[in-house]
Amino acid sequence: MSSTRLPFRLGGDLSFRIFTGFFALLLIVIVVAIGAELWRNSLLSIQKFGFNFWATRIWDPVAGEFGALPFIWGTLYSAILALVLSTPVALGIAVFLSEMAPGWARQPLVFLTELLAAIPSIVYGVWGAFVLAPWVRSLQVHMPDALRATPFFSGPPLGYGMLAAGLILSVMVIPYSASVAREVLKAVPLAQREAAYALGATRWEAIRAALFFARTGIVGAVMLGFGRALGETMAVTMVIGNNPQVSWSLNAPQYTMAAVIANEFTEAADDLYLNALVEIGLVLFAITLVINMCSRLLIMSMTRSPKAKVQAEAPVLPEPKAA
Amino acid sequence: MKSLVTMSRRGALTLLVAAASVLGVSAQNVQINGAGATFPNPIYSKWFAEYNKLHPTVAINYQSIGSGAGIRQITNQTVFFGATDGPMTNDQLQGAPGKILHFPTVLGAVVPIYNIEGVNQELKFTGPALADIFLGKITKWNDPAIAKANPGVNLPATDITVAHRSDGSGTSYIWVDFLAKVSPEWKQRVGVATSVNWPTGVGAKGNEGVSGLVKQTPGAIGYVELIYALQNKISYGSVQNAAGEFVKASVQAVTAAAAVAAKSMPKDFRVSITNAPGQGVYPVSSFTWLLLYENPKDKAQAKIFVEFLKWALTDGQKFATELGYAPLPEEVVKLEMAVIPQIKL
Repeated sequence: MSSTRLPFRLGGDLSFRIFTGFFALLLIVIVVAIGAELWRNSLLSIQKFGFNFWATRIWDPVAGEFGALPFIWGTLYSAILALVLSTPVALGIAVFLSEMAPGWARQPLVFLTELLAAIPSIVYGVWGAFVLAPWVRSLQVHMPDALRATPFFSGPPLGYGMLAAGLILSVMVIPYSASVAREVLKAVPLAQREAAYALGATRWEAIRAALFFARTGIVGAVMLGFGRALGETMAVTMVIGNNPQVSWSLNAPQYTMAAVIANEFTEAADDLYLNALVEIGLVLFAITLVINMCSRLLIMSMTRSPKAKVQAEAPVLPEPKAA
Repeated sequence: MKSLVTMSRRGALTLLVAAASVLGVSAQNVQINGAGATFPNPIYSKWFAEYNKLHPTVAINYQSIGSGAGIRQITNQTVFFGATDGPMTNDQLQGAPGKILHFPTVLGAVVPIYNIEGVNQELKFTGPALADIFLGKITKWNDPAIAKANPGVNLPATDITVAHRSDGSGTSYIWVDFLAKVSPEWKQRVGVATSVNWPTGVGAKGNEGVSGLVKQTPGAIGYVELIYALQNKISYGSVQNAAGEFVKASVQAVTAAAAVAAKSMPKDFRVSITNAPGQGVYPVSSFTWLLLYENPKDKAQAKIFVEFLKWALTDGQKFATELGYAPLPEEVVKLEMAVIPQIKL
């Protein structure tokens, strides 16, 4: 009976394979097409500025001089800042929700974290511009002089600037990394925890064991948030101050790649200007690609050699080979 | 009996009329697409809606996607007409496949807004002082260049924070065009465009962004469209004009600037009226323009649009003031009416 149905099944399998394969291929085609189109539309700027485009600090539409450095700097700085600010909070939320929250509180809290992700970024932007930025400003005004003397807090207190951008990005990123990290922690086999308890571990030690078990997934969750922070446009442009400069100062107004494209694309009438803006898009595309690949590699290296990892993570005992 | 006949007759008649109107509509219904500047969008929307009431078969679509995008779209002939806040440059005109005509439609103005703790009076600004503030050369509110124009005002030694538009915009164009006229250094170092390389300050998105930033930051100065300031009841400063008077922007003062410009209007209407000479003139004013091909491809659309343009320049002007725009002075309307026949129908 089964032999009579086999040809049909094969046919069904084959067409299903082609069907799904087509969509997988489509994805690759779309990514390549985006890259090619960005390249094609920024040729003028690529030919004129070459690699200097990456290293020039001037962005002058009137004189026709374009450099992406301040925007690259601002994008990476704000995204890393968001990463640093959001990761501890997101991990805390994830651990609490998966390990410690009482049953009745879990669902409402999960719902609330996911709600944060559902808020449109323009709403974050308006809140950032009208509530967060003045708040950051008063923080900057009341900052002790010793702090203000450091390069991280130099410059006048404006409210609008890198600190406000990092804060708003971290709030936007938290739901992403928190919910993925929570899912990952939930997937840690119960046996892991039971084994830890069986060895006499405290709750904190058992959670640490679970965190260690889930480390790849957690890195993935954090990188997901990073990717989101790199590309965020509307909320950032409303609080970052939009001034293309390379500065360590969190008080200084700066600029990101996505923001400059959103701000200037509609009014860019001449070809070189437009090409330079598209090249900014190309640079952002390339940077996102590289960062995603790096995070893939990081995750792969963590999963490939668990033994080496375990050794590295194992507490360094003071006594090995005492001689 | 009789009533039945009349009824059926009337029924037939209505049917006939309905059929005719349906046929007529399908034969004449015209849709015209345009795109460009955001600044005149409220008045253009009003015009297209009012004109549609008068001529139900004409529907004009306008997308306010920015002056630069409007220029690109008309150059690529993807829309029938364009709109811009800054006239097209010679390079841009040469890049178009045909000759493009500029038609001024209404006027707007840009006003300085500021927030200084303890100062409630309306401040007066000279052009060079504004330019030096935006160049980052004047950094304190009690600078002599500001204080001299404001005798009796107790200006504090607060730091000035400059707020400008981060998005490319016609508002910025008018503002920097004025600064370039009054300050050779601005002209040489920064120049005039819808987005420039700002020497100092914080960029905020849109009129609402700039006014919000100024409101929240003590010591801030920015600029917004006159309409925006009027609608939101934001107080603004006056600016010294070429005749030496400090003028507070108003619809009349803006129209006055255009009337002066009419006397020396170039044939293609590509004129900047910032810092215009004459009494009572507000110096940070500008036209906004519609862009049309001299020899449009679609003649049917062209005929209808020319009729609309004539209406907008005459009857349509009465809608300008209520929306905060300054209407065109009659001299300019006359000049434009003389150019309209150039369009090849």
